[in-house]
Amino acid sequence: MTAVAQSPTSPTTPPPVRVHTGKVTQGRIIKSEWIKFRTLRSSRWSLVAGVGAMIAIALLFSLAMKSHYPHMSAARQKEVDPVADPMRGVFLGQLAVGVLGVMMITGEYTTGMIRASLAAAPKRLPVLWAKALVFTVVAWVVMTITSFVCFFLAQSIFSSIHIQKSISDPGVLRAVFGEGLYLTVVGLLGVALGAIIRSTAGAIASLFGILLVLPVLGEVLNLTSWGDHINPYLPSNAGQRVMALTTTSPDMKPWAGFALFVGYAVVAMAAAAVLLKKRDA
Amino acid sequence: MIEARSLTKRYGEKTAVSDLSFTVRPGVVTGFLGPNGAGKSTTMRMILGLDRPTSGAVTVNGKPYAEHAAPLHEVGALLEAKAIHTGRTAYNHLLALAATTGIERSRVDEVIDLVGLRDVAKKRAGGFSLGMGQRLGIASALLGDPDTLILDEPVNGLDPEGILWIRNLLKSLASEGRTIFVSSHLMSEMALTAEHLIVIGQGKLIADTSVAEFISRASTGSVKVRTPDAAKLRELLAGPDVTVSSSVEGELQVQGLTSDRIGTIAAENRITLFELAPHEASLEEAFMELTGDAVEYRAPVPKTAGEAATTDVEVNA
Repeated sequence: MTAVAQSPTSPTTPPPVRVHTGKVTQGRIIKSEWIKFRTLRSSRWSLVAGVGAMIAIALLFSLAMKSHYPHMSAARQKEVDPVADPMRGVFLGQLAVGVLGVMMITGEYTTGMIRASLAAAPKRLPVLWAKALVFTVVAWVVMTITSFVCFFLAQSIFSSIHIQKSISDPGVLRAVFGEGLYLTVVGLLGVALGAIIRSTAGAIASLFGILLVLPVLGEVLNLTSWGDHINPYLPSNAGQRVMALTTTSPDMKPWAGFALFVGYAVVAMAAAAVLLKKRDA
Repeated sequence: MIEARSLTKRYGEKTAVSDLSFTVRPGVVTGFLGPNGAGKSTTMRMILGLDRPTSGAVTVNGKPYAEHAAPLHEVGALLEAKAIHTGRTAYNHLLALAATTGIERSRVDEVIDLVGLRDVAKKRAGGFSLGMGQRLGIASALLGDPDTLILDEPVNGLDPEGILWIRNLLKSLASEGRTIFVSSHLMSEMALTAEHLIVIGQGKLIADTSVAEFISRASTGSVKVRTPDAAKLRELLAGPDVTVSSSVEGELQVQGLTSDRIGTIAAENRITLFELAPHEASLEEAFMELTGDAVEYRAPVPKTAGEAATTDVEVNA
């Protein structure tokens, strides 16, 4: 470390005049968060895992369907949904984007990085907004493309058994597009829960408790008259309406359901913002 | 310039920092000294706006930290050894921090060279040793070329070469007129680095003084005397403000008399002296005396005769 002694900071040089023109802006924090996002292997791998799983499920369902469809009874054939069935990969996709969303925040808390981030941007909230924005753009672009890839792959396989749907058929474009939207908001809910709970395990457990366990508990309510009043409005039940081709009572309408789901995410994000501002880092 | 006014931080029932006021002036290295758990890190986090004071306030260059338009240009901080995402490379870590304030890429390269991390800059920080982590932390602190540096235990985990490097770096940064505030629980390190000291124990201010003054204030100035006529000399030295103790045959520890006086008394009474050694308290001893009551976690220490009588030091003078 002898080099340090000859560096410009040696005691013999007169105090340099330090002129700093930089200042912290929301735009710069977004750029910083984008650098953070793209320089972590874990962010890439969760996306790759999500995309891979969704495409694999789409292929698996459509190829299996292709070979079994001709041997099915007419009644079973009627139950086949050529849009929704290959879309089942969404359940694996939401694990990947959910974990990615949570890790955007908890990855910083568990490593201590959050203190460096908040010391650089002590107003704090711009950091949360920047993380949410970077996540939203990346997750939405990747998941929407994946959703369309899955759809067209499946339909090209279905065309050999003549059950394919066109993207221009009623509701199909909305459903395919909606899959990308649903997954993005799942991840945003993860970002918010990550900021509220600050531990990876806790936030992931809460996120999937809300998305996967609540609807199962809701099944119990279906045994009572309460079911119809509560179940349609549970976050994942409401949010997934945007991917459905048909609506049966008492389910919410596609966009109304999605709007409610976004509403849950907004409330969670607001709670995250209040806590981030209030709590010690 | 850092100014803390009646800074207080409570976590539930526990008071981490209590009514702490001090000023850290530019141009010198100010040591922030205290036993583990004294509230040093909490105070530093409050300076950076990471922890909110329960009451009181602290400003950096005249404003609360969070109100500066470009905090990285005002204050560089090394908080914990690793406020770094383990999955990111050192270079990308600095690049992301620099981006928040519009600091150009060339400055990132500059600080990497300055702390000597060039060879590992493209490696993930998770594999860094404690010393490399400290260097990366110091690189982050210097990124904005700030006027004020706050470093929490910067020599932790560094090898002797690294410690020497930090010491020289801090001194040269201070000589450029910067404000350097560096915490440590290692008195010996502070004795070599700092000119001014702020000493706390259990969250309260114990001393805000120069290093030299701190030592002299705590020093009880004992004198070690070795003589074959110990018993006789002991009688001759006895007086109202004089304490004489002896733990070894033929050796006396005298407090309350200067070595000149003891030598003269011995000569007048024709007593042979083999050794007459005035003993100044080290910074370490001074610290132990002043913070003795303020140590949070302590194991019982078996007392030896030699250190039995040093309780008359005024604390909080």
